[in-house]
Amino acid sequence: MAGVSVTFTVNGREVTATVDPRTLLVHFLREHLKLTGTHIGCDTSQCGACTVHLDGRPAKSCALLAVQLEGAEVTTIEGVAGPDGMHPMQAAFKEHHGLQCGFCTPGMVMMGIDIANRHEAPDEATIRRELEGNLCRCTGYHNIVASIAAGASSMRG
Amino acid sequence: MKPPPFDYCCPDTLDEVLTLLAEHGEAAKVIAGGQSLVPMLNLRALHPGVLIDINRLPGLDHISLEDGQLRVGALARHKAVLESAAVSEASPLMALAYPYVSHGPIRNRGTLCGNLCHNDPASEMPAVALASGAEMVLQSAGGTRTVAAEDFFTGMLSTAAEANEILVEVRVPRAPAGQGAGFHEVSPRKGDFAYVAVGATLQVADGACTGARIVCAGVGDGPHRAYAAEDALTGAAPGDDAFRQAAAAAADSIDPSEDFHADADYRRDLVRSLTRRALADAASRCN
Ligand SMILES: Cc1cc2nc3c(=O)[nH]c(=O)nc-3n(C[C@H](O)[C@H](O)[C@H](O)COP(=O)(O)OP(=O)(O)OC[C@H]3O[C@@H](n4cnc5c(N)ncnc54)[C@H](O)[C@@H]3O)c2cc1C
Ligand code: FES
Ligand code: FES
Repeated sequence: MAGVSVTFTVNGREVTATVDPRTLLVHFLREHLKLTGTHIGCDTSQCGACTVHLDGRPAKSCALLAVQLEGAEVTTIEGVAGPDGMHPMQAAFKEHHGLQCGFCTPGMVMMGIDIANRHEAPDEATIRRELEGNLCRCTGYHNIVASIAAGASSMRG
Repeated sequence: MKPPPFDYCCPDTLDEVLTLLAEHGEAAKVIAGGQSLVPMLNLRALHPGVLIDINRLPGLDHISLEDGQLRVGALARHKAVLESAAVSEASPLMALAYPYVSHGPIRNRGTLCGNLCHNDPASEMPAVALASGAEMVLQSAGGTRTVAAEDFFTGMLSTAAEANEILVEVRVPRAPAGQGAGFHEVSPRKGDFAYVAVGATLQVADGACTGARIVCAGVGDGPHRAYAAEDALTGAAPGDDAFRQAAAAAADSIDPSEDFHADADYRRDLVRSLTRRALADAASRCN
């Protein structure tokens, strides 16, 4: 199939590439840009491991085609840390043991940042409801919820 | 690569979309939110020759309530519909059912019209459309036609939309004054497709049920309207006795599909319980 040229921004850097139209965003990130922090758990939009921010809102990168992103802004887990180190949400996951194997973690952190952006001080019920699209096979969620509550609180400063 | 190969077009105008659809016919697939389509491509359940992306079309993301009619355009995302005041005003049933539709990130992208065109048998909105007397506005290069919900959903993942048509807008008549609505669902996880969902609307006058609508999702190859259960309610005094009878009639009216998660008996039990609850809620909201 004819390759299609697409230009968009990933973690603040403009990227132009000619892609096969069937290239999923998650494959583009991992294989073309070598940004392997975004994980693939299911490929069918169920698990949330591939969650990135698209124009500032969470999206599952396994359910987007790279060619669809002309002009878009994508942020991946590699793009959230600041010059001084980890993003407060990442730091909270570290502090509160919000991960075990770490497979779901990039998606959880991206979702956690979005939850914190949209809710003043998210309580446990809100965080659990908002995490309905993110699966973790290890932790039982308890520490993920605690991490997001703490991360949200430190993001507010 | 997960998806099979296809060509891709992303037109800027509806006319171009319609011309491409006329040209490619069955080989073409429209992509809106892609939240059902891309997973199906990843599973190689579909092999389109060309994907026609409608996301750049202007002026199709409207959600408006005019002349007693709610109009939702092809690019109105689930999130916008879920949060819309026009929707809760025009269709309390849709507003009650919408939180059950998928998860946050999917709702940011997926559309109501795409959801209706996909017609997953466990999907809530086709059932809501059926209960509400919604109409689908379908456009092709040849013109525009309107199809009633009861004729639109034609079976498992299929609708009356022809390969050269797109659903530009769904129109939902405003719920009659005084009507109450209820919606209940059981699913494996919140936001997942339902094992069974039941929606009900009810009107009561002089202590008797006048108009009732009862619809189910997850019980067959598309949304199901339980006519016998509705008939059982007409003229009855709203209350648990009548609701139990209607619920039994609803459960009898289905011939449920079975899968690994839920066998037919379980689905029938769910229809019975959820119908009672949906009717009780609807009755409590009538005025
Ligand atoms: C994990 C998960 C859970 C989900 N849970 C639920 C749930 O609980 N309930 C539920 O209802 N849905 C659920 N969904 C599906 C979701 O609601 C989809 O967004 C929706 O079904 C499709 O809308 P879309 O805009 O993404 O359509 P797309 O995926 O782009 O398209 C779907 C189909 O409709 C066609 N199409 C799209 N728009 C048009 C149009 N305007 N005219 C003609 N044809 C069109 C496409 O060609 C395709 O065949 C879930 C999805 C996932 C991945
Ligand atoms: S890999 Fe995208 S949701 Fe699972
Ligand atoms: S930490 Fe292992 S899947 Fe979540």
